[in-house]
Amino acid sequence: MRRLLSALAKPFTETAGLARWMLVAGVVITGIFVICAIFAPWLAPYGFAQSSAHGVEFPKVGPPSSDHPFGTDRLFFDVLSRVIWGARTALEVVILSILFCVVLGVPLGLLSGFYGGALDRILVLIMDALYAFPSFLLAIVCSFLLTDIFGGSVLAVSLSLTVVYIPQYYRVVRNTTLSAKEATYIEAARAIGARDIRIMRKYLFGNVVQSVPVLGTLNAADAILTLAGLGFLGLGIQSTEAAEWGHDLQRALADAGGGVWWTGLYPGLAIVFMVVGLTLVGEGLNETLNPTLRRRRLLPVVMTERGATPDENESR
Amino acid sequence: MSRGGSGSLPRYIVQRILLVIPMIWIILTLVFFILRVAPGDPVSAALGGKLDQQALDQRREALGLNRPLIVQYWDYLSSVMHLDFGTTFSDNQPVLHVIRDNGGATLTLTMAAFVFALAVGIPLGLLAGRYRDSLSDVGIRLFGILTYAAPVFFLGFLFQYYLARPLGLPTSGNASPITVFEVPTKTHILLVDAFLSGNGEAIQDVLKHLVLPALTLGLLICGVFIRLVRVNMLQTMQADYVEAAEARGLKKRHVTWRHAFRNALVPVITVIGLQFALLLGGAVLTEETFNWPGLGQKLVFYINSRDYGAVQGIVTFFAIAVVLISLLVDIVNALIDPRVRY
Repeated sequence: MRRLLSALAKPFTETAGLARWMLVAGVVITGIFVICAIFAPWLAPYGFAQSSAHGVEFPKVGPPSSDHPFGTDRLFFDVLSRVIWGARTALEVVILSILFCVVLGVPLGLLSGFYGGALDRILVLIMDALYAFPSFLLAIVCSFLLTDIFGGSVLAVSLSLTVVYIPQYYRVVRNTTLSAKEATYIEAARAIGARDIRIMRKYLFGNVVQSVPVLGTLNAADAILTLAGLGFLGLGIQSTEAAEWGHDLQRALADAGGGVWWTGLYPGLAIVFMVVGLTLVGEGLNETLNPTLRRRRLLPVVMTERGATPDENESR
Repeated sequence: MSRGGSGSLPRYIVQRILLVIPMIWIILTLVFFILRVAPGDPVSAALGGKLDQQALDQRREALGLNRPLIVQYWDYLSSVMHLDFGTTFSDNQPVLHVIRDNGGATLTLTMAAFVFALAVGIPLGLLAGRYRDSLSDVGIRLFGILTYAAPVFFLGFLFQYYLARPLGLPTSGNASPITVFEVPTKTHILLVDAFLSGNGEAIQDVLKHLVLPALTLGLLICGVFIRLVRVNMLQTMQADYVEAAEARGLKKRHVTWRHAFRNALVPVITVIGLQFALLLGGAVLTEETFNWPGLGQKLVFYINSRDYGAVQGIVTFFAIAVVLISLLVDIVNALIDPRVRY
């Protein structure tokens, strides 16, 4: 337990100054959205698709008031409630899609890197093609199809995001497996007579999944934006199925000309804050875990009189 | 470096081009099969309710959708080879015409955004990387993160609400109807056409419409440039040759601008090619936000009318364009940096 805690605190204890503050700010912002997502039914004043309370209809595009602190939109929905419920939708989609990515991408990468051969070739080709594809376009095409099959649901959007992000997980895991399987400890395991499955599960898995958390956090931020983009194009989640910030902004855009700001500002800010939060966490983790970005602690070197002949280096 | 050796430029270019061919083939295959997985019949999806059963059957026959899948696949590949991207189902137009008529607007928007992003992103990134952890670094990084985090349609919403109305800037469309009808179509790029016609009012009109969309899309890309240039600058400032230059007693300023700066910019060129994909995705959203009549908006229109033919054609075109541009960038990069050619 203590080891787990100290491992979790590692990015915090190993950073200093600005990097630490960015990490803390990111964790706090993300934490607020997670709380909103989990406790949405209690925190939100109304349901996400509720247009009346106690027999009283909500106003259409009503400005912020004491009943509706963020106003109401053109579908009579309460904007504050939709912003809070939107956190739940965003979190659901992001967690589902990253889960799919890990569950599919990590084993595929392991198998492909471990066995090589035809399977590896074909998988690399497919994943490279997916990766070379403009990502947002791929998301559009996938959700275009998947909403035909599953309807405008959380599942359809999560699956389209999975298609977009899975090549990264596959590649990272495959490449680390390729280099790790040549290591002496794998050879030793083989010499004892361990079977392939056991080698992959016991020896390789723990070594190759280490880069997944950073990738996951950075992808999460991107996934929120892709989700909102799909929603904005009307390809994401339908507004009666769940509250989705991007789709709300699409409806708000029509209001902007009429001098209505509250229907667009709040969902937009929610997207910005959530992405900033996740990005800060991701960057903070990256700066501590990526050795090329870590700051070198240099000790001042005092040169003696005789040693300092800098001009000699010039003519190489 | 010996001529014809493994590090020669022509050889690298040939290798790179040979690698692009299978990549395009796989992407085409992917597009084809993804769009055929869909349940139901694409023709009735696009036209159902508009035409009767007999007309639908005729349409299907004409489009060759009754033939075996493998024949259709072969047909698709060979027609793309001839730069024929198929026909739209809903309004029965060659996709190539759709691309010609709307591609110019997308090109204008993306280029303007790109120029803005480079002009703002690179200096800010260099500054932040040079003065790490200073106040300006924090400010620039926050700006970079914010521009990345704000979706284009939210920026577009804010600009339309807070900038367009007070400044009297138009918010939707490429140009006013008057300009569209007055300027003769030559290149299908309205800005170029306006300049060719020499009509000052038309140029002004097109530019006025361009400002906000270009700013919106430019800010999106600009954030990426800031992050990238900053990280590269950080890594270069730690490089051995920078340390060596400092050890030789060169002034910090000289080292920064003469040694670190230039080398920090090389990887940026590679990433510019990769940004093109992001730019396209952003363009789709920007066009939709500002009602800019480009290819992205057209794509969304066809998606909403469930037109598989048009979606397949436009997506194929976009994907090939991205692959070819990254090829171009790789070649340019090899010209600049010999290390790339190994």
